[in-house]
Amino acid sequence: MKKLLAAFIGSLALASAPVALSAEATKELKMAYDADPVTLDIHEQLSGGILQLSHMSFDPLVRWTKDLDFEPRLAESWERVDENTMRFKLREGVKFHSGNELTTKDVKFTYDRLKESQDFKAIFKPFSGINIIDDYTFELVTSEPFPLLLNTATYIFPLDSEFYSGETEDGKMKGAILKHGNSFASGNLSGTGPYKVTSRQQGVRMEFERFANYWDEESPGNVKKIVLTPIKENNTRVSALLSGGVDFIAPVPPTDLDRIKRDKNSELVTMSGTRIILFHMNQDRVEAFKNPKVRQAVAYAINQEGIAAKIMKGFATPAAQLSPAGYQGYNESLKPRYDVKKAQQLMKEAGYEDGFTITMMAPNNRYVNDDKIAQAAAAMLARINIKVDLKTLPKAQYWPEFDNRSGDMMLIGWHADTEDSANFYEFLTFCTEAGSGAGQYNAGNYCNPEIDALVAKANVETDIAKRTAMLQEVEQRLYDDAAFIPLHWQDLAWASKKNVKIEPILNVMNFPYLGDLVVE
Amino acid sequence: MLAFLVQRISQAVLVMFVISVIAFAIQDGLGDPLQEMVGMSVSMEEREALREELGLNDSMVVQYLRFAGKAIQGDLGNSYFYGKPTLTVIAEHLPATLELVIGASLIIMLLSVPIGVYAAIRPQAWLAKFFMGVSTVGISIPVFLTAIVLIQIYSIGITVEWFPVDSGWGQWLNGALSTDGGMPSYGRGDDLKHLFGTWNSGFFSELGLMHLVLPCVSLASIMLPLFIRLIRAEMMEVLQSDYIRYARAKGLSSARINFLHALKNTMLPVITVGGVQVGVMVAYTILTETVFQWPGVGLMFLEAITRSDIPLIVAYLMVVGLIFVITNTLVDLVYGLVNPTVKLTGKKA
Repeated sequence: MKKLLAAFIGSLALASAPVALSAEATKELKMAYDADPVTLDIHEQLSGGILQLSHMSFDPLVRWTKDLDFEPRLAESWERVDENTMRFKLREGVKFHSGNELTTKDVKFTYDRLKESQDFKAIFKPFSGINIIDDYTFELVTSEPFPLLLNTATYIFPLDSEFYSGETEDGKMKGAILKHGNSFASGNLSGTGPYKVTSRQQGVRMEFERFANYWDEESPGNVKKIVLTPIKENNTRVSALLSGGVDFIAPVPPTDLDRIKRDKNSELVTMSGTRIILFHMNQDRVEAFKNPKVRQAVAYAINQEGIAAKIMKGFATPAAQLSPAGYQGYNESLKPRYDVKKAQQLMKEAGYEDGFTITMMAPNNRYVNDDKIAQAAAAMLARINIKVDLKTLPKAQYWPEFDNRSGDMMLIGWHADTEDSANFYEFLTFCTEAGSGAGQYNAGNYCNPEIDALVAKANVETDIAKRTAMLQEVEQRLYDDAAFIPLHWQDLAWASKKNVKIEPILNVMNFPYLGDLVVE
Repeated sequence: MLAFLVQRISQAVLVMFVISVIAFAIQDGLGDPLQEMVGMSVSMEEREALREELGLNDSMVVQYLRFAGKAIQGDLGNSYFYGKPTLTVIAEHLPATLELVIGASLIIMLLSVPIGVYAAIRPQAWLAKFFMGVSTVGISIPVFLTAIVLIQIYSIGITVEWFPVDSGWGQWLNGALSTDGGMPSYGRGDDLKHLFGTWNSGFFSELGLMHLVLPCVSLASIMLPLFIRLIRAEMMEVLQSDYIRYARAKGLSSARINFLHALKNTMLPVITVGGVQVGVMVAYTILTETVFQWPGVGLMFLEAITRSDIPLIVAYLMVVGLIFVITNTLVDLVYGLVNPTVKLTGKKA
């Protein structure tokens, strides 16, 4: 394995030898994340860590800007040919780390591989094919009008088809995606991105070096070498920054925000995030939850603002819906509705004045303060006579319980992979349907076919204004129905030394565009 | 000697068999390894297919037999997370842990013997009382707290402003109590020297040694008070014994009595406890390694648990079991050397 990587690095060095290193890239950045990428194969897993790697060593066709707009990357321009077809023009003269040049055959290779990938195939389901027009023009075709085509194109990071084709010395397919065990792609990488991987010790450290032939000559980035160390323990990560051991850390735990603010050498950047934290109320397990009045009572009993202020220390944005601001479905009129009197009143109307007992489950190491949130919610429910039997579990044990929907109320956090509202509904509130994946995480067994139909309609509506209206209506109806109890969107935080200008490269998706990072 | 070793090896096999059975039996409680392997939006069908592929749907007995069949040939399976044989993964992480343990053991040995002996010979001296007091405090502070305090003082640095800054003495006191920090607070550093196999050592470079200091001191802080107290107590007891009194009566120099005759017998139980504790340290570096992001087996094990990386968990437990058996065997052998009256099994009296 090491030999292979070494040989690969060696060949890279040879390939790039004649070209002078870009003059301004001279700085070194030491960064610490809570985890390092699980694999170098960006199609093996859909996770935050892998997407961060994708943005370092690869480039997408288009990428999100800070204000959730699209910015051309490897695709220079695009136009709708008809309702179901989008034509892209590929940037010319882009080189892979291996020295190969990017053409549409690499895009096709990548598209086919995404369709194979267990983790990505769901996102690419609406696509029916790819048409190669010439070396730099291609079309993406969907089976129905697809409003999220560009959202999805942010997941297409072209792979070097030549590099990933053929067989390794021991006769394995280089392009194979393997979930476990060693594949060629999980240990070797060739993309078009700003950084090449020069060494990697899984779980210990990873080194990147600026790719000398990087196509984006306008990028202000001046970091030549990046050393990524995973530091899982929050306190240690913060200490590493404060002691000057590293230049950039993420995530920053809420308990240490003040400590970093006070430190004169460090800078803190926070942002309201897009990951919603919510409780489901299981209607199949608890008869009372079938009654909308009881669900509303629970919604009135939970004090989102209190949780955000006291437990999250202001490090969260209280939520009354799934879609965060900036998403099409975000409905400004929906506000948290904490009102205990009203809640008690509703319980009385529903005939549950004396309350009932339920079980509640929450993870204790998955989301920020997840177990404390659950404890607070349990205490709040006691005020409307709902007695809660709370159980918190480490995430490894929690998810199997969640899959079995074994608690009456269960906590989950969700981030929409497509950065679009519909993704929330499809996974969290759709009627559960085995096979299609709809409602896969709907641990409340809430089911309203009308809402599902409305979302389905929105999903083939390419007129943004119309689609926005539909999705906002969905939020309104879910709110009125109290289909679930939204709590807050978890904020994001990063911290760096003062001379590391992270603010411009950060975004709400939490993929810092490190290629553009400037270190003074 | 041979019979003794044979007996120990068969014990080791038994221990590892029992550990593997227990580890297998509890694996259901460790969670679902798939959760760490696939994204949230992967469908149930895809998960089911992967589970089938990994053999997770077979009954526990079938899974165990498959595991045992391979284990006999020295193959403890592949780690889900690392995608490599578990023994390779452990071999890559073990040197870091061993260096930590060696460093901590050196600190313990160099400090506990002189302090313990001194406290036994001069129990009334204020310095001895001071040491004993500090060791009581030390034994009751949990290791992660020690580690965090050490990081704050020596890595980040503290600025003390308790005393008036406008007076000379206040400034001096503030300055004396403040620290600059600067010690590495995580990891092993960039400058490791390759020794052999998977062993890259931090003992041979300044940067590597700097990285070792805080973790080793933290790890030593739990065991050091224990050893000081043990040595002191043993030594005091030995000093009361007849042969020491006789030696005194005979007019031997007190240095000779204390350091040759008494110390030798004092060390007997210390070796036993020490040997066992080294094994314990290897197994329980978990906390220290977590706080310092020390890439050793303790941290690896902890992460394997959060990821439900069951093959790695099972392999780690078996390796630790083996380490315990080996250290105990070595202790028995050394004990035989120090105290010739002790007989190993099978040796004729």
